[in-house]
Amino acid sequence: MTDLLTPVLCENWGTEKSWKLSAYLLSGGFSAAKKALKLAPADVVGIVKDAGLRGRGGAGFPTGLKWSFVPQDNPNPKYLVVNADESEPGTCKDMPLLLASPHTLLEGIVISSYAINCHTAFVYVRGEVVHVARRLQAAVAELHEAGWLGKNIQGSGFDLDIVIHSGAGAYICGEETALLDSLEGRRGQPRLRPPFPAVAGLYASPTVINNVESISTVPSIIKNGAEWFAGMGTEKSNGFTFYSLSGHVKRPGQFEAPLGITFRQLLELSGGMRDSHELKFWTPGGSSTPILTPEHLDVPLDYEGMASVGSMLGTKAMQVFDETTSVVRTTLRWSEFYKHESCGKCTPCREGTWWLVQLLRRLEAGEGQEGDVDKLLAVTEDINGLSFCALAGGAVACVTSAVRHFRPEFELGYTTPAWESFPYERSAVFIKDRPDGQSEGGRV
Amino acid sequence: MSGKEFQTYFPHSGRIDEANTSTEIDEKTIAELEEIVARYPQPRSAVLPMLHLVQSVDGRVSPRGLEVIAELAGITPAQVSGVATFYTMYRKHPAGKHHIGICVTALCAVMGGDILYDKVSEHLGVGDGETTADGSFSLERIECNAACDFAPVMMVNWEFLDNMTPEKATQILDDLAVGRPVKPNRGATLTSFKENERVLAGFNDGRADEGVSAGEPSLLGLSIAKERGWAAPKPGAAPKEEAPEAKEGSGK
Ligand SMILES: Cc1cc2nc3c(=O)[nH]c(=O)nc-3n(C[C@H](O)[C@H](O)[C@H](O)COP(=O)(O)O)c2cc1C
Ligand code: SF4
Ligand code: FES
Repeated sequence: MTDLLTPVLCENWGTEKSWKLSAYLLSGGFSAAKKALKLAPADVVGIVKDAGLRGRGGAGFPTGLKWSFVPQDNPNPKYLVVNADESEPGTCKDMPLLLASPHTLLEGIVISSYAINCHTAFVYVRGEVVHVARRLQAAVAELHEAGWLGKNIQGSGFDLDIVIHSGAGAYICGEETALLDSLEGRRGQPRLRPPFPAVAGLYASPTVINNVESISTVPSIIKNGAEWFAGMGTEKSNGFTFYSLSGHVKRPGQFEAPLGITFRQLLELSGGMRDSHELKFWTPGGSSTPILTPEHLDVPLDYEGMASVGSMLGTKAMQVFDETTSVVRTTLRWSEFYKHESCGKCTPCREGTWWLVQLLRRLEAGEGQEGDVDKLLAVTEDINGLSFCALAGGAVACVTSAVRHFRPEFELGYTTPAWESFPYERSAVFIKDRPDGQSEGGRV
Repeated sequence: MSGKEFQTYFPHSGRIDEANTSTEIDEKTIAELEEIVARYPQPRSAVLPMLHLVQSVDGRVSPRGLEVIAELAGITPAQVSGVATFYTMYRKHPAGKHHIGICVTALCAVMGGDILYDKVSEHLGVGDGETTADGSFSLERIECNAACDFAPVMMVNWEFLDNMTPEKATQILDDLAVGRPVKPNRGATLTSFKENERVLAGFNDGRADEGVSAGEPSLLGLSIAKERGWAAPKPGAAPKEEAPEAKEGSGK
């Protein structure tokens, strides 16, 4: 039986200057890239396929399969674009990875680029994280100096450059085709598919887009083998991944575990709910995945398990809320997020998210009118399935799932403000209030 | 007035401030903008980093900035403006020396971000999108900044100030106001909005080695695994089994 936690990507985090190439090499870094450069590119794709790695950016598409769609007979250059936009509310795994060990991603990029015959790779990092950009830029410079980037890397005959590109604050640029438009210097608005990026992506050339965690997982697979990876996890959800816990738990944080661990197990590891409070609801994979309740504590956190209870694994970002929390308030805040981040390209999403916010605001203020909850659901139906990209699905899911589980609380908004039913200061947890009393004021 | 005039829900023009034509862009800036263009297979790809560089010089997107970017990218100033106004990090009005962001997305808001925002706003005497009269601070309600396990989160010049409390936040603002050095929890000693915009434009400031490797929450799973002797299986020794059973303590 595999252990409950399986630190692989985070194994070197927290060591002395873990972000430096010297530290990364000491922990065995770049041995996988060395190995890969001696294989045929198609064999590298084959290993990743056999491992059964599925994309960690939310949709769970098989990574090796995606790579195999790149038409190698297309005369245009091939591009690899790493999605480091990490902006889905609740999601907080890629940024710590890039701060602690940027070379893990960069080694993954070397291997993945070699596999798909790419000579210019991009990392699109969300703009609002300067130190992540600094560490990535410095890491790329180190690799150039060490002969791991540039012409004829390590004498292999393979050329590769990596461009670190900072975004500018737009959640929609995490959607892969909007990301490409943004990287081409345009407004970040999704493109019609087909053509899929693998065929006509960046500059209308074959392009693979993968999440930071997906590409960072590749070196471990090459190093230890497809069987090793597939030996962890569940039947159709192979391997290990980051689960991120935040909110009203005693100790929030990152847990690298085989797919299929349950929320109950993760909750125990994080010390449980804060003292004298109980779990009310949680998201399994960011705000775009339908919320769940204590009823779902024992459902395996893999793609199939989450689908079986009408939710999604998404980014494996568990935002945990206790009984002091008003679900109307959190739903409103998420809706405000989607309204603000709707790119405006299509009417149902642009206008619909605006109406969701109007309705939720008056429910929060206790000024809802009889029938508002049904109206809310009617608006979600006008958005769902009629919009251009998956942002709209997320905007709808957070509302419909909340109403499904907590309808009476929304109806309470016809008469009573949410802040009276759920005094907001009771939900606030400044760190000094945490039972383990972590260094209040000590770290800044 | 008939009382039936069209009323917009968007009273503020989304355009950049064309009335303020001041600029510090000079030959050196233009040479650096050219360097950015050279990084990309196609010049238009340089628009976002070029806008960051313009902000590092002018503290906002200036009309002159639009012009020079347009010329280098081979598009019109109106097209650059169309891009600039799409992204929230590009400013129509000058940022303060220090740009403060408080996360008010659901998780942070509930955990105390709303209280934090109110306190900071009161302390600075400015609201969302505003800059203090002396130009020291600008304030913004921001969205999830990928640090939810450190909630509530405050960003200063896009550096992480984790697990914030109103008391800590006001102390930080007071320190910054008198030029006392402030270290973010995960990042490099705070300098200014403009200097950090330069980094976002791709000009590294040589300070990547400042700051920690990881915060406590990032290391939580790893430290528990170490304590209990848990690890990924050794290669060649892992027959697949069913999903770990619920309630199973150590899986060993
Ligand atoms: C609105 C929206 C936002 C997204 N944001 C991200 C993101 O920040 N990071 C990410 O990796 N994927 C994000 N995705 C998913 C990407 O479109 C894409 O599926 C993913 O980057 C593919 O990589 P993967 O196969 O390695 O997961 C987003 C999707 C949508 C619809
Ligand atoms: S669904 Fe929303 S975010 Fe997606 S294209 Fe339409 S308006 Fe833009
Ligand atoms: S909700 Fe504030 S950082 Fe994620």
